[in-house]
Amino acid sequence: MKWNRWRGGVHPAGRKEESSAQPIRRLPLPELLFIPLQQHVGEMAMPVVGVGQRVLKGQLLAAGQGNISAPLHAPTSGLVRALGEYSAPHPSGLPLPTLVLEVDGDDRWADLEVAADPFALAPEDVCRRVGEAGIVGLGGATFPSAVKLELSLRRGIDTLVINGGECEPYLTSDDLLMRERAAEVITGARLIRHAVQARQVLLGVEDNKPEALAALRLAALGTEVEVQSVPSRYPMGSDKQLVKWLTGREIPAGGRAADAGVLVHNVATAYSVARALVHGQPLVSRIVTLAGGAMAHPGNWEVPFGTLISRLIEGAGGYLQTPARLVMGGPMMGMQLPRADVPVVKGCSGVLALSAAEVAERAPEPCVRCANCVRGCPQGLMPLEMAAYIRNGDLKGAQALGLKDCIGCGACSYICPSNIPLTHYFNYARNELATMARQQRKLDATRRLAEQREARFAREQARLAARRAAAMAQTEKSQ
Amino acid sequence: MSETSVVHGPHAHAGPSLRRMMLEVILALLPATLYGFSQYGWPALFLFLTCVLCGLIIEALCLRLQKRPLRALGDGSALLSCWLLALSLPPWAPWWVALVGALLAIGLVKQLFGGLGQNLFNPAMAARVILLIAFPVEMTRWVQPLALGSLPAPGFLESLQITFGGAQTDAYSSATLLGHVKTELSRGTLLSDALADIYRPLQALLGERAGSMGESSSLLLALGGCFLLARRVITWQAPLGLTLGLALPALVMYLIDPLRYASPLYHLLSGGFMLTLWFIVTDPVTCPASAAGRLLFGLLCGVLIYLIRTYGSYPEAVAFALLLMNAATPLIDRYLRPRIYGRNRQGAALQPFNRRAP
Repeated sequence: MKWNRWRGGVHPAGRKEESSAQPIRRLPLPELLFIPLQQHVGEMAMPVVGVGQRVLKGQLLAAGQGNISAPLHAPTSGLVRALGEYSAPHPSGLPLPTLVLEVDGDDRWADLEVAADPFALAPEDVCRRVGEAGIVGLGGATFPSAVKLELSLRRGIDTLVINGGECEPYLTSDDLLMRERAAEVITGARLIRHAVQARQVLLGVEDNKPEALAALRLAALGTEVEVQSVPSRYPMGSDKQLVKWLTGREIPAGGRAADAGVLVHNVATAYSVARALVHGQPLVSRIVTLAGGAMAHPGNWEVPFGTLISRLIEGAGGYLQTPARLVMGGPMMGMQLPRADVPVVKGCSGVLALSAAEVAERAPEPCVRCANCVRGCPQGLMPLEMAAYIRNGDLKGAQALGLKDCIGCGACSYICPSNIPLTHYFNYARNELATMARQQRKLDATRRLAEQREARFAREQARLAARRAAAMAQTEKSQ
Repeated sequence: MSETSVVHGPHAHAGPSLRRMMLEVILALLPATLYGFSQYGWPALFLFLTCVLCGLIIEALCLRLQKRPLRALGDGSALLSCWLLALSLPPWAPWWVALVGALLAIGLVKQLFGGLGQNLFNPAMAARVILLIAFPVEMTRWVQPLALGSLPAPGFLESLQITFGGAQTDAYSSATLLGHVKTELSRGTLLSDALADIYRPLQALLGERAGSMGESSSLLLALGGCFLLARRVITWQAPLGLTLGLALPALVMYLIDPLRYASPLYHLLSGGFMLTLWFIVTDPVTCPASAAGRLLFGLLCGVLIYLIRTYGSYPEAVAFALLLMNAATPLIDRYLRPRIYGRNRQGAALQPFNRRAP
């Protein structure tokens, strides 16, 4: 029995059996794919193909630009039909520049560059290839993986943590991936270890996934990957909590995992790294869980990016009843989708069609300071106090209490008996603070420019005065 | 989609609702309350009903004045506060004591401070203290338990006279254990003599002694408390702190001079300790939020109870100690916070990991 390494957390009902009963399935290719140019954190990708151009599966569609960005590849072969604005999978439903690909149905791969032995590559080469394959954090963060790898290689870390936590209820896409493709997950983990030259690899899987654990342990036999079972407690799949559990280290506040000597990658990311380096295949599809009380046939589907969610749900058997809410991601941290005709993107681990009973919306009541939120917070914060400060408009006060340390896991809102939308308060406050900081920077810049202008003006005046004085002196002397 | 507004996560919710938590506390109080009725007869029931009814009416009036929805009455908080107040009153007190008590608890201590969740002091305890100071005679007129239906117990009509008619009850009156011991000690009697014919721990456990309804049966109160602990409505820190805070000083003093200082068991089984232990010190609104804070809160509460009981001029200390600690709650909350992940106790970020360090 391992010492309880972090306090707090909640135990939401797993609801995972519904979608994990079936193997990973595929749907026939749709006629059109809608590929947003922004599927990752950072700069938007820049299209390198023209409208009317034929592309093969895996061919580069858009290149990453800037330091933090990721390229996009054709999820299947076809014809680039248009480049326009299309609704993005986001609560706002606002449009994003999107490539529309007309699918030809051949699904023919482009010529892929495959290394004979990826383990013989230099670490820098592995990082570069991961970046070229368009791989981003598939746990939901969608941060470009190559950036993390390069940073960790430069900074020097000793432990690689592979995150198989999947602590969100309903979602089983990582679970199924680990069960069915354990060997490639392990290969990916070893490749990442090679890329960052880590000393040890710890693969943590929540103990509610015994089949995945068994498959991984078998695949990891004789390798340097150490598969560990971790307790099922939300949010165990959060990198901070998993790192603490597996290594006993804490990521310093405001820092990155590398500041604790650790690099964290999701199992699906590791799998994609294996596909990219062993088979040369860039990231063009992912496994998506469809679940929720309103979904007729919950399960996992391997979906090419750009497939419309509405199309996916339809192909998977449609709804059982009109869903009260559509959610992309898990019920704890996922975001509400106002509409279903938006594309599957790299960060889409699941789509939930929740019934009214599951959403269980109740009117907020006054806080009675029961402190369930304090006990539930995995970060050691006091959500009730932060919310009280925010309600009174004292955002700085909330910040002093640790608003920036909040990981937004939603455990506090989940267990609040008064149904206070605590997470909502915190996100609001963070946005407001960010806006204030931006305005402050703008003000500072304006003031600096004005001051510089004044100084320049004064210098100019002084120079003129000096010249005039010199001229006067000259005239006097000559007279 | 059936809704147009966008809602932030989490899109799931669990745990008991506020109303349910309140109802569970009331359920935990029920055995001790029913037993109190059987011990003190009709007057106790009349007083209880007066207190609860007045409390609900006052809460409704306050909500009305603040233009808040009346359904907030259904959260059960006013009912619970008045229930606790009624349990701490002398069972044969006249009706107006209950009315004034309810007015103080709900009107003054709770609603005037901003309603549910905003009060600094525990409504029931604050009201009890004000009543005790304002009406010392009525608030210290205790009776020996007379089982309902037994011959010496007052009948229904006689009981109406006691509660509502101002009938004299001196014939039945008796001091509480704490009051008796305080009086005797102040007269210079040795503790053993003072306790000789009045203190029987088993009796205290069962509740066959003079006192308020809620003070009588320690056993039934503890039963209710354990139910709340099991249901996770209350946490263990504050009760543990309170027990230690009272029992440890009592034990030390008892070992030093058992002739002058009562045993820890005496302290734990007398007065309003049990009611406070399970139902007052665990009131979330007026106690600190962090686990360490709650432990400290209970501990200091216990020490204060011991000091006031032993050296103060009032025989009963629980309500006073609690109010003092209620006032200290914001301070405790300020200084005793959990450590934040990735930071040290002072709130500074942890040192980054260095590969070359040993």
